[in-house]
Amino acid sequence: MAHFEKAKNLNEWLDQRLAVNTLKKVLNTEYWIPKDINFLWAMGMVLAATFGILVLSGIFLLMYYKPDTNLAFDSVNYTIMSEVGYGWLWRHIHGVGASIVFLIIYIHMFTGIYYGSYKRGRELIWLSGMALFVAFSAEAFSGYMLPWGQMSYWAGMVITNLFSGGSLEAYGLVEWIRGDYVPGDAFLTRFFMLHVFLIPLVIIGLIVLHFGTLRIPHVNNQEGAEIDFKEAADLYKAGKKKESKVIPFSPVFLSKDVFVMGVYFILFFYLVFYNFNFAMDPVNFDPADGLKTPAHIYPEWYFLWSYEILRPFGKDAGLIAFAIAQLALFFLPFIDRSPNVAPAHKRGLFQVWFWVLLIDMIALTALGKLPPTDPTFAFLGKVAAWTFLALGPVLVIITMFEKKIEKGA
Amino acid sequence: MRELKILAVVVFFSLLTYYLVEPYAHHEMHKKVDAQGSEIKVEGHGFTYDGTDDIAEVDRVLSNLDYETKALTEKVKELKQELIDNNDVNKTEVQNSIDASERRISVIPADIEASKQLLTKKKAFWSDVAEVAKLEGNPAAGEAGFGLCLGCHNGANMNMGGVIPPNLDHAGAIYDKNYLIALIKDPAMASNVDHKYADTMMHPMGSIKSMMSDNQQIADVVAYLLQNKAGEVTPKEAFMEACVRCHAVRYGKLTQLGETPAFKHEKDALAHKIKVIDEQDAVKAYMGKLPPDLSMIIRARGEHFMETFIENPQSQLAGTSMPRVGLNHEGYEKVKAYLTEVGDPSKEKREALGPIVIGFFILFSLLALLWKKSQWRDLH
Repeated sequence: MAHFEKAKNLNEWLDQRLAVNTLKKVLNTEYWIPKDINFLWAMGMVLAATFGILVLSGIFLLMYYKPDTNLAFDSVNYTIMSEVGYGWLWRHIHGVGASIVFLIIYIHMFTGIYYGSYKRGRELIWLSGMALFVAFSAEAFSGYMLPWGQMSYWAGMVITNLFSGGSLEAYGLVEWIRGDYVPGDAFLTRFFMLHVFLIPLVIIGLIVLHFGTLRIPHVNNQEGAEIDFKEAADLYKAGKKKESKVIPFSPVFLSKDVFVMGVYFILFFYLVFYNFNFAMDPVNFDPADGLKTPAHIYPEWYFLWSYEILRPFGKDAGLIAFAIAQLALFFLPFIDRSPNVAPAHKRGLFQVWFWVLLIDMIALTALGKLPPTDPTFAFLGKVAAWTFLALGPVLVIITMFEKKIEKGA
Repeated sequence: MRELKILAVVVFFSLLTYYLVEPYAHHEMHKKVDAQGSEIKVEGHGFTYDGTDDIAEVDRVLSNLDYETKALTEKVKELKQELIDNNDVNKTEVQNSIDASERRISVIPADIEASKQLLTKKKAFWSDVAEVAKLEGNPAAGEAGFGLCLGCHNGANMNMGGVIPPNLDHAGAIYDKNYLIALIKDPAMASNVDHKYADTMMHPMGSIKSMMSDNQQIADVVAYLLQNKAGEVTPKEAFMEACVRCHAVRYGKLTQLGETPAFKHEKDALAHKIKVIDEQDAVKAYMGKLPPDLSMIIRARGEHFMETFIENPQSQLAGTSMPRVGLNHEGYEKVKAYLTEVGDPSKEKREALGPIVIGFFILFSLLALLWKKSQWRDLH
C-alpha cells in the first residue's frame, strides 16, 4: 500500500490517485503546437466533434430503430421521422454528418499531403489516419444498409458481390458474408451489429492511437520547419510568447479550433435543415425491392472515386485496380522518396503532382456517378483511372530526384 | 490574407465536386433522349390539358420511325458492300443481318401508317375538346346528365372493371375543365393510356362514349360539376378522390378501399384486411402490377418529376399503365400537401427551427472569434 496524505480538495484527491494534474499538462496546457499554422490545422478537432455528433445522434436513433427487414424502413421513415419528437432532427443530423465527415476527412488528408505531414517520424500519424479512413468507410457503408431502402439493398448487393473475386467465382464467400443468397434479414442484422458496435469500437481505439502518434513527432507547421520543442516551450513558459515558436494546445490552439468549429457548424446545420438530399438520397426513400433494380446504382459521393477505378476495366483487371486504389494511399510515406518536409509549393514537381492528384480524384468522383453508357464519360473515366494508377510510380521518380531544400536559407 | 486564400481554394474544390456529383450528374442521369440521340425536354404545362404532349409523343414516334428507316437502309447498303469487298467475313452472318434489317424495313411503313392515323385521331380529338370547351354549359341541364354518372360514381366502394370508381364530390374543384370534357368524350384518350386499350380491352369507363355523345350535353355536365361539385376540399379529400383507388398510403392508414377504420376485434380487422387484399388483387390484374404505396413518395421524387409525372405520366415513364388523372393546379397543390403531411411531416418544424440553430452558431462563432483574438493577442 502506497502512502496517501489526506487531500485538501477534490482536485488533490484525484491527483493523488489519477495524476490528473500531470495528465492535464501532458494533454493540454503543455502539449505544444507550432504557432505557424492555418485553419486547416483545426480539421482534426472538427472531425472529432463531428464523430461526437454522429455518436450522440446515433444513440437517439438506436432507441427506435428496428433491425428487421420487415420493420427497418418504417421504423426509420415513420417512427423516427414522424412519431418521435425531434426524431427527424437526429436523423438528418446523422445522415448529413455521415456524408460531411468525409468531406472533412478528405480536406484533412489533402492537407497532410500538401504539407508533407506524413514523413520523417510522422509515418504512424499517416498510417493510423488511413486506418481511420478505412474504418469510417466501413462504418458509412454498414450504416447505409440500415434504412433498408432501394439504395441500401442494391448497394449492399453490388458491394458484397465484389467479394466473389471476379473469375475466382467465390460465391461461397459472398454467401458467407451475406448469411443468405441475397441481402436479407441475416445480412441486415449483421451490418447493424457492425455499425452500432464493432466498428465504432475500432474507430474509438484508432482515434486514441491517432492522437497518440502525434505526441512525439508533434504536429507539422506551414513551412515544415524543424522546431526544438523543448527550447520553444521554455521560451513560452518564460513569458516570451512572441519569440516562442509554439503555443499550448489548451487554451490557445483550442480557441482557434473552437472558432473554426463554429463556422463549420453554421455550414453543417444549413445542410441539415435546407440541403440534405446530397446526403440522404431520394432513391433510398423507396423501400427495398429485390425484384426492381433501380435505373442507376451508385455509391455515396465519397466512394465514387474508388468505384470509378473499378468500373472502366474488365472484371478481373477492375478488381485488381480497385484493390490497388484502396491500398495505394497507405504507402505514401514510403513511396515519397524526397528528403524534404515542406509545403508542396516549395517542392517543384511535387506541387504539380499534388494538384494532378486532387483534380484526378475529383474527376473520378464525378465520373463515378455519370452514366458510363455515354462514350465520352466512359473514355474520360478510363483516362482518369489510368492517371490515378500512374501517379504512384510517378511520385517515386519525381521525389527521387527532388533536391534537398536548405533550411533557413 | 493567406488563410482566406486557402479557404477560397478549399471552398472552390468542394463546390466543384458538389456541382459535379449532384446537379450535373443528376441531370445527365435523368436525361431523356429519343432514338436519334437528341434530348427530350420534359416540361409541365401548368396543369392545363390541350393534348400538346400527347400529339408530340406520336410525332416523336413518327420521326423515330423515319430515322430508323434511313439508318437501316444505310446499314444494309454498307453490309452489302462488305459482302462484295471483303472475303474474310462470315457470309451467312452478314446475310442474316441484312435479312433481319430488310424485314424490319418492310414492316416500318405499316407502323408509320398506324402512327399517322393515331396522330390524326389525337389532333381531331383534342380540337373537338377545344370546341366543346367553347360551348356555354347549362348546369341545370347538366344535373340530369350527371345522373348517368351516378350509376357508377355512387360511393358504393365496389370495384368496376378494375378499380373502384372515384367519388366525384369535389371533381369541379380539383380537375381541369378541359380534362373533364376530354374524359367524358373518350376516357382512354383523355388519360393518355389509349395504347392499353388498342386491341380488345375496353376502358372501364368506356361505355360513357355511347351514353353521352352530344357535345352540348357534355358541356352541361361539366358546367354542373364546376358549379355544384366545387366546394372547399381538404388535402386528404383531394388525395382520396384522385389517387386512392390505386395507391395506398400506409403511413396515412389509407388503402385502395379508403380509410382503414379502427376495429375492436381482431377478427374484424382481419376480415377487412382480406377485403383489402381482394381489392389490391383486382387493381393488380387491371394495372399489371400493384401501384406503389405513396407514403414516402414526396421524399423519394423531386418536385419537377412529381409535377410533370402527375400531369402526364407518359412523359416520365413512357408506356406506364398509370392514367393521367387531370388534376388542375389547385388539385395538384392539395394532393402535394397531403403527401407532404404524410411523408415529410417535419417540414414546417424543420423550416422553423433552422434559423434558430443557425443563428445560435453564428453567435457562437462570433464569441469564439473574440476568445481566439484574446488568446492570440500576445503571440505576434
